[in-house]
Amino acid sequence: MNASNSPPTLAPPVAPGPLEWLRKNLFSNWFNAVLTLASLVFLYFTLVTILRWALFSADWQPVTYSPLLFLVGQYPRAQLWRPGLSLLIGTFLIGMSWGLWERYIKPFAIFFAILLTILAIFPLKTPTITLSIRAVFLASPVLIILGYRIGRLPAVKGKYVITMWLLAAIFITLVLLPGLGNIPALPKIATTSWGGLLITLLLAVGGITLSFPIGVLLALGRRSSLTVVKLFSIFFIETIRGVPLVTVLFMFSIILALFLPAGSRIDRIVRALLAMVFFSSAYTAENVRGGLQAVPPGQAEAAKALGLSNFQITTFIVLPQALRLVIPTIVGQFISLFKDTTLVVIVGINDLLGISNAVLNLKPQFVHLQMEVYLFVAVIFWIFSYFMSYTSRELEKSLGIGKR
Amino acid sequence: MRKILILIVSLLVISLVAVACASQAPSPEKVVETVVVTVEVPAEQAPVQPQGYGTIANRVRERGKVVCGVHTELLGFGYLDENGRNIGFDVDLCRAVAAAMFGDPEAVELVPITAADRGPVLQTGEVDMVSRNMTWTSKRDAEWGNFTWITFYDGQGFLVHSDSGIKTLQDMDGASICVTTGTTTEKNLATTFADAGLSYEAVTFEETSAVYGAYEEGRCDVATSDKSQLAAVSAGFANPKDHVILDITISKEPLTPAVPSGDDQWFDIVKSVMWGLINAEEYGVTSSNIEEMKSSDNANIRTMLGEEGDWGYSVLGLEPDSLAKAVAAVGNYGELYNHYFGPNGIAFTLPRGLNSLWSEGGMIYAPPIK
Repeated sequence: MNASNSPPTLAPPVAPGPLEWLRKNLFSNWFNAVLTLASLVFLYFTLVTILRWALFSADWQPVTYSPLLFLVGQYPRAQLWRPGLSLLIGTFLIGMSWGLWERYIKPFAIFFAILLTILAIFPLKTPTITLSIRAVFLASPVLIILGYRIGRLPAVKGKYVITMWLLAAIFITLVLLPGLGNIPALPKIATTSWGGLLITLLLAVGGITLSFPIGVLLALGRRSSLTVVKLFSIFFIETIRGVPLVTVLFMFSIILALFLPAGSRIDRIVRALLAMVFFSSAYTAENVRGGLQAVPPGQAEAAKALGLSNFQITTFIVLPQALRLVIPTIVGQFISLFKDTTLVVIVGINDLLGISNAVLNLKPQFVHLQMEVYLFVAVIFWIFSYFMSYTSRELEKSLGIGKR
Repeated sequence: MRKILILIVSLLVISLVAVACASQAPSPEKVVETVVVTVEVPAEQAPVQPQGYGTIANRVRERGKVVCGVHTELLGFGYLDENGRNIGFDVDLCRAVAAAMFGDPEAVELVPITAADRGPVLQTGEVDMVSRNMTWTSKRDAEWGNFTWITFYDGQGFLVHSDSGIKTLQDMDGASICVTTGTTTEKNLATTFADAGLSYEAVTFEETSAVYGAYEEGRCDVATSDKSQLAAVSAGFANPKDHVILDITISKEPLTPAVPSGDDQWFDIVKSVMWGLINAEEYGVTSSNIEEMKSSDNANIRTMLGEEGDWGYSVLGLEPDSLAKAVAAVGNYGELYNHYFGPNGIAFTLPRGLNSLWSEGGMIYAPPIK
């Protein structure tokens, strides 16, 4: 806006040397200098303490004793090829996504490939990690790179990859992992034995992908001119937002069962997932509504003047602009949903956090080592949350949000 | 023309149906009466068994699996091995019931449930049985379901550092005590200290493992929980000899598997299996000598193993050798105890104490199987 005030002929500033940068940013006056030094001292002692603990006095045996528990929980070990195949499908698609959307996926794909390679060759002294498991871990980075090559081909379009992701998700969660009763090669596996990262990712991905469309519909419903739709949306959103997630989870896992005929059971994972979807969709709805309100009414009016139908106006004019505006809040919502999955522990599902409590009770020697185990779990959560927010930041940058 | 045809056809159908319904009534007006009569017929047949008898048991039989609510995070009672398999004293009781029902100890679906879930899953019938370190109390019995038979006598105790000098309850006056929050453990602690006129500072945690971590780090002088758990945890400390479990017991914790209310047959089946395990130990029937014992001189043993007579299996809808299968699968009570808590137990070592057979000075006692 002030472009006319600044002289247009100013030469670009010379990049400062490191010393100059230090002087300018950390030691510009005596107060900043003291702050810098104090922070350095603080950082030094914290880091040294943590590192000394982590490397020398911490006992990481609970983590290294049975890493598979953290990955797949109690999934029958004889059927491990199924989560293994899921991992391979996932890594291939991550590779393809990297090739297609290099900007967003690249760091995650590379990190994931390196991590899996390390897992494959890490000399853990545990019989639970067999050679075939290591082979799957080693095949994953290869598939990532293969997928990357394929993803870069000009023939590969974004919509194909998204469709593949959806099909893969449906195949993995509804066929591959739970199994089909009538195929002997895929015996049914009760979800009570699923656990660990598998459940955490399932709940998070399922919650995110299901709650988003419902949230958008609720947001539209709340602005609808149809009274019944509007009242229902308001009632739903405000009821769910008025109670904590723990309450919703308890309601779905305990009270829902009381209303059903005796002996009929809805799967516990499905119940928890439903609760997460309900909870998250109410919040997504309010986020999206914020975006909808920020779209100037002139947009819809102009579209109407061009003769577009209400449906067309919403799908092609209003929603794209609204969603673009609320990407940061929506991603924030998804990150918090991802972390909230740990609450399913209270309804007896052994997600990553739940399984870590089980790991602590594997042996008497482990019971008091909760610091190590919880730290390990925290790092896993941090990695996933970080890459989610990284992707969101890049998405914002590329869409130019906040710069118009 | 067509409409009339349809009308005629539908009228025909209706009258046919009416005739079919009213097999004895010549005119459609009397259909109403016939319906009343057919409703009365089942009411006239007085049920031999109380209402609900066999409902859960039949559901289990149809399913071919016993759905059992278990712990997955309690060392020794319900926990996992390194391959993610559910093991533990309580879990094996479920397997014993499955073995008695189907001859296969793996015919179980083990549902991990939380402490708060135990009541609701029984009330809703979501599980057929809960075997999850559950203390039998009058209130729970009234509200939740039917408690079968006490399988483990536990009690709340105190774990202290050996060099703390604490020996009695009075020594703990003013001490900080680590305890899990929201449990009977916390209530028992408060009641006991109030009765004795002592003060303490409670350091509460949600997770049991956090309690012992804090205790070991010295954030509290005393840790309190069920004695079995204290034994389990103190065995795993870096220097187990630096800690002692005091002789004081401040609560009764009779741990008991429970079943939902409403089906006496199922209730009896689970009870019989528990009795079978205990009786097997009394008679010296183990999982290894069970085949020889089938031809034992003792008629009681032969009856229990299904070789002669009826110990009640026919009414319960079980096989004569159901109890034999249960014992073969998980061992008798003593074997089961020693497998997890014996001198070479895979979980930890805990002297049997109250959990010895009645004939050996303990409390483990079961009605005779005959």
